Amino acid sequence: MRGRAGNWVPALIVFFVGIAVWQWVLSPLAGKFLLPRPSAIAKAFWDNRHVLVNAGWFTFKEALGGFVIGSGAAILVALVFARFQRVGSALMPYAIAASAVPIIAFAPITNAWFGVLNPHSKWAIAGVLCFFPVLVNTLRGLRSVRPEAIELMRSYAAGDVDIFRRVRIPAALPFIFAGLKVATVLAMIGAIVGDYFGGAINALGVQIENSISLFDFALGWAAIVVASTFGIAFYAAVSVAERYCVRGMTST
Amino acid sequence: MTDAPEKVVELEGVTKEFAQGKTVALQGIDLTIDSGEFVSLIGPSGCGKSTLLRIIGDLVEPTSGKVTVNGKTAHQARSDRDYGIVFQHAVLYDWRTVTKNIALPLEMLGWPRAKRADRIKEMLELVELTGFESHYPWQLSGGMQQRVSIARALSFSPPLLLMDEPFGALDEMTRERLNMELLSIWRETRSTTIFVTHSIAEAVFLSTRVVVMSPRPGRIAEILEIDLPQPRTAETREDPRFFELVTELRESLHRGGADQVFEKLAPEGDG
Repeated sequence: MRGRAGNWVPALIVFFVGIAVWQWVLSPLAGKFLLPRPSAIAKAFWDNRHVLVNAGWFTFKEALGGFVIGSGAAILVALVFARFQRVGSALMPYAIAASAVPIIAFAPITNAWFGVLNPHSKWAIAGVLCFFPVLVNTLRGLRSVRPEAIELMRSYAAGDVDIFRRVRIPAALPFIFAGLKVATVLAMIGAIVGDYFGGAINALGVQIENSISLFDFALGWAAIVVASTFGIAFYAAVSVAERYCVRGMTST
Repeated sequence: MTDAPEKVVELEGVTKEFAQGKTVALQGIDLTIDSGEFVSLIGPSGCGKSTLLRIIGDLVEPTSGKVTVNGKTAHQARSDRDYGIVFQHAVLYDWRTVTKNIALPLEMLGWPRAKRADRIKEMLELVELTGFESHYPWQLSGGMQQRVSIARALSFSPPLLLMDEPFGALDEMTRERLNMELLSIWRETRSTTIFVTHSIAEAVFLSTRVVVMSPRPGRIAEILEIDLPQPRTAETREDPRFFELVTELRESLHRGGADQVFEKLAPEGDG
């Protein structure tokens, strides 16, 4: 991690200037009702902090379930595709085609399949969203290895398992993490959109929907800030795991 | 095994075709290499010398012909880890330190940790990289990376060392220095070495024999005995006999029909 505090200063200045412009320029222009001022959003958050943080945690768990299932399945499928080229070339076009489908449109359907209150309905939608970026990145990583690196392993009479374990998977790790980071964001989106089509009352998506439909925009914005915070924390957690794993490979 | 000298590699009528016989990479290669020899394969791009090296290493299957390595089939020799290989690019694994890269074949052979550590120390001394144990490949120069790769290839003392233009990507100064180092390693380990190169001077300086190959379809055009005295030193490069042999080899390459192709030779090598 870059520990230099100085690197953060420009970003912090932009942040505070942005908040100030919003508070004193944009909100007055757009009308405080439609675009509440940051101070009003902060107050709404503080007044409802227990409900909002609980809701954020609840929806984060929905996202996490989908992330684990979707990414795990994607990595396994990528391993199979990389090992069995024929299977990969037979199925990959469909995987790419399927990734172009606006998957969020299926949220009402998964809600119907598993039940709106069942977290599995949100796992399903978040999982499917996570699947494709992780699959594509993992495959690219597994195939990124120079042919000589494989020949070298074969010269040691290494079998497929050793080649995957010692060369292809370590070489793919940076790619896998790139996919996982994209997946964290998609998992949060999937869980929240899943909530929009019906979910438990303590789910963040439901909170956002309810407050907006009651014209409590300040509370809606506060809930969005909570969603973003959980999303950023999720992304950061995966980044930390990446630093640990990609470096940790060498110290085993 | 009872013969003296012992035959390490025997090729009989080795032919390799690609694209269902449309491209003939190698045709009717017969070659015997004895234990302790340093044999260079030289020829224009596309003459199949790298392919021949891979056939000896059982990394590519010949279309026909017989390959015997250490008295066994090439496949059996590979399964027994009878050879170490060095490529033009060092092919070090970025996530492993120098030590861990050299340890890789030893891990595959199931050597215990202490024995591995001892051997790695010896190998680092051999390639003069003591002190770089915990460096990562990207922290080393190209020449140092290639030395790690040589140390890795020799770490398990294979009787045969296969080298595919190992110094082709290095600058001339580094190349000459590594040539000297390679010769001293070769004298020390007595590994039979097969060395693919584009460089006439390098082939003459290093080898006990040079195999001249003709352009596609690759065939052996001529075999030159290099009778320069051992051990070879910096003075060898100034020996009149060295220049005679360089000229002889160049003429042999031209007779083999390499003229047109030879101008195009780039250090990135052939397939």
